[in-house]
Amino acid sequence: MANRETIFNLAVALLLLALPIAANYAGEPFYVTLATRIAILSLAAVGLNLALGLGGLVSFGHAAFFGIGGYTAGILASHAFSGDPLIFGLPGTKQMIVIWLVAMIAGGIVAFLIGLISLRTAGVYFIMITLAFAQMIFYFAISWPAYGGEDGLPIFVRNQFPGVNTLRPLPYFLICYALLAIGLILFKLIADSRFGAALQATRQNEVRVASVGIPPYRIRLAAFVISGMFTAIAGALFADLNRFVSPSMLSWHLSGELIVLIILGGVGRLFGPVVGAAIYVLLEFWLGGITERWQFFLGLILLGVVLFARGGVVGLIAGRARHG
Amino acid sequence: MTIALFLEQLLNGLQFGVMLFLMAAGLTLIFGVMGLINLAHGSLYMVGAFACAVVAAWSGSFWIGLVASLAAAAAAGAIVELVVIRRLYTRDHLDQVLATFALILIFSEGTRWVFGSIPLYLDIPTLLQGTVPLPGGSRYQLYRLAIIGVGIAVAIGLYLLITQTRLGMRIRAGESDREMIGALGVDVATLYTVVFALGAALAGLAGAMVGAIQSVQVGMGEPVLILAFVVIVIGGIGSIRGALIGAVLVGVTDTMGRFLLPQAMQLFLPPSQAGLIGGAIASMLIYLLMAVVLALKPRGLFPAQA
Amino acid sequence: MADPVLAISELSKTFGALKATDDVSLDLKPGEIHALIGPNGAGKSTLINQVAGTLKPDTGSIRFDGQELTGLTVAERARRGLGRTFQVSSLAPEFSALRNVMLAVQSVQGSSFRFFRPVMRDTSLIEPAMAALERVGLADRAHLPTSELSHGERRQIEIAIALALGSRAFLLDEPMAGMGPEGSKKLTDFLDGLRAEAPILLVEHDMNAVFALADRISVLVYGRVIATGTVDEIRADPEVRRAYLGDEA
Repeated sequence: MANRETIFNLAVALLLLALPIAANYAGEPFYVTLATRIAILSLAAVGLNLALGLGGLVSFGHAAFFGIGGYTAGILASHAFSGDPLIFGLPGTKQMIVIWLVAMIAGGIVAFLIGLISLRTAGVYFIMITLAFAQMIFYFAISWPAYGGEDGLPIFVRNQFPGVNTLRPLPYFLICYALLAIGLILFKLIADSRFGAALQATRQNEVRVASVGIPPYRIRLAAFVISGMFTAIAGALFADLNRFVSPSMLSWHLSGELIVLIILGGVGRLFGPVVGAAIYVLLEFWLGGITERWQFFLGLILLGVVLFARGGVVGLIAGRARHG
Repeated sequence: MTIALFLEQLLNGLQFGVMLFLMAAGLTLIFGVMGLINLAHGSLYMVGAFACAVVAAWSGSFWIGLVASLAAAAAAGAIVELVVIRRLYTRDHLDQVLATFALILIFSEGTRWVFGSIPLYLDIPTLLQGTVPLPGGSRYQLYRLAIIGVGIAVAIGLYLLITQTRLGMRIRAGESDREMIGALGVDVATLYTVVFALGAALAGLAGAMVGAIQSVQVGMGEPVLILAFVVIVIGGIGSIRGALIGAVLVGVTDTMGRFLLPQAMQLFLPPSQAGLIGGAIASMLIYLLMAVVLALKPRGLFPAQA
Repeated sequence: MADPVLAISELSKTFGALKATDDVSLDLKPGEIHALIGPNGAGKSTLINQVAGTLKPDTGSIRFDGQELTGLTVAERARRGLGRTFQVSSLAPEFSALRNVMLAVQSVQGSSFRFFRPVMRDTSLIEPAMAALERVGLADRAHLPTSELSHGERRQIEIAIALALGSRAFLLDEPMAGMGPEGSKKLTDFLDGLRAEAPILLVEHDMNAVFALADRISVLVYGRVIATGTVDEIRADPEVRRAYLGDEA
């Protein structure tokens, strides 16, 4: 059963766990934070990969869900800090688990609303509409001053998780890593399930799916909502990592980056987002250390990848065939 | 609120719309003919603005700068088409998105490398400085009126180009059947480069003209690009007429929304809150407009024949 | 005679100036094969697409098992038991033949909103799908990606899908196209037996197959049904001979 892709995936998973632990005990907490960033972006991209990789839905607006997750963490924490009740007299909270749940629900609801309209269209319309809806939320966040507006919203103390000191880098990394692992397992289960079969078939041939009696629109909408939920949780983690949330989490650059991660790693591949995120973050870090103009070279590298290395890194290493 | 203020805002909306049209026309043309989604269109807008600012500062003439902006954007467009874009026509939209996203990084950082992070300034040409009277007693900037005029001229010019010329005939042929025009012996590769350069020149023109009202800086093209996307989605991708109507609709809706909504909110909210809530809703208004249009017509107001 | 399973009445569809379907009425009775023939461009596929729901008719009604289909989506019609094949075969190309058929089985079993159980270990999906492939003679090719199969084999998968759907009427759009003489012969025999299960509306250019199989034939020319009748009636019909078969015979 162990084919090349499985072995490769296991190796990536182990490396992503072992290196930060080693770095932590070598007294290099910065690398732990870097790995945390990789894990969180991976999770966000795993969410997008569900819509984009399995369903062929090129969402250029996933920053919306990432940002909503981030603001959920920021807003709940700020209310818990100030003691002011949220709407309906509900209090804020510092508990990550509650925050994740709320982020997931909020992300899911917004994904449902955006999907309801966007999924009536396809192709390039879908790309642009998801982008536009994300921009709408972005501008709302900028012009709505209650939670910091353009300046963003600080989280003064990282939120809490029962029995874990989240303030230290390594435990927080492990939380993020565990959530990424759960995300990957869910992705794999969904991809292999009846729903996953219908979703992947919808990408390949919508008419065929309808002709066997499965409604493609509802399959896609469900996938889009699940996808948004994953990405929203990642957003909440990201806000807690930086102890800060700002409209930049909602920006279209972030939506673009999430797509980049997936293409770098390999579209529709289980570990595509993880490999893509690792390469992207490390590249950013490495280029950033060499030159102030790292974005320029990052652009050149990305361009090279699209033009010459199709199928992403996982595709390069594990070969193209994967469909049974 | 006076009639004069209302009229002024309406003209501002029209001017904004016209500028969006210059961006959207190129985008929609490139998509209609080549089937390409070009995120880097905003970079060409930026190139036009920088070229105009630099050449105007060097030569002392806005007009030479304007010509330079057209030339620079068209040249940048042609080079990008020859080196990168033409490898993407047969690719799916995902690859096109990623490649043109990479181009944005290259353009933005490259421009910052050359010109630094400090915005450049571009003065309104002497000829167009000053104001004209509006009915109701206030005055309106002549330069903004000129932008509206240029936009209308470009719209007419594009209409004539597409309906009356050989190039236009080929563009129309390319929109209806991409394989056919090759079979008819049209040099498709050159046609595509020309169309791309034309779209780039229009974006550059828009950048140069707006550069004199706002500052010229890296990243200036991105908000405009996204609005141009909204415009062509509303208008129907591939349709120049749709781009024109969509652009005016978006320009006027956005400007008038920001102007009127906070005032309307004052009818039932205290002024401070009305400003905030009205402003926040106004910032989302065009996206709501887009959502409504798409809910009714998923392929936009003027869907191009597919 | 028994009530028709499928009754199309006064159906019309225009594309611009072209009347693709012009006031068409025809029906499909239990146990019969009703062949729809006509020259290229007569509007046969357009008609099938309206019945299946991929095209919306301008006017007219389509009743299936006594219920009006107009307004239902493609998926809803399929769930009611309309199994169709396509003129140009239409499958999920990355999936194997088996997985294509399994999709139909999962649709029949109810929900596609099941997220956790892996389909490739789900015998309740695999067994019926294999049985359907077995019936069309493709069991040994079940695990190949459909993109690697021949045209004829892809048509057979489409029929297997229609079988797996437990269809109560089949809409077959040129199932013989792309098959060799031997394949056509086998498929003809197969369809001959299939009519006992559910009636077939058969669009086909292969006249040998049509004459061998059809209980009734309708002739479609420029979107209009110019004649409906048994094989012998159609062979003898002067208008059909003039418009379609040519007058020389």
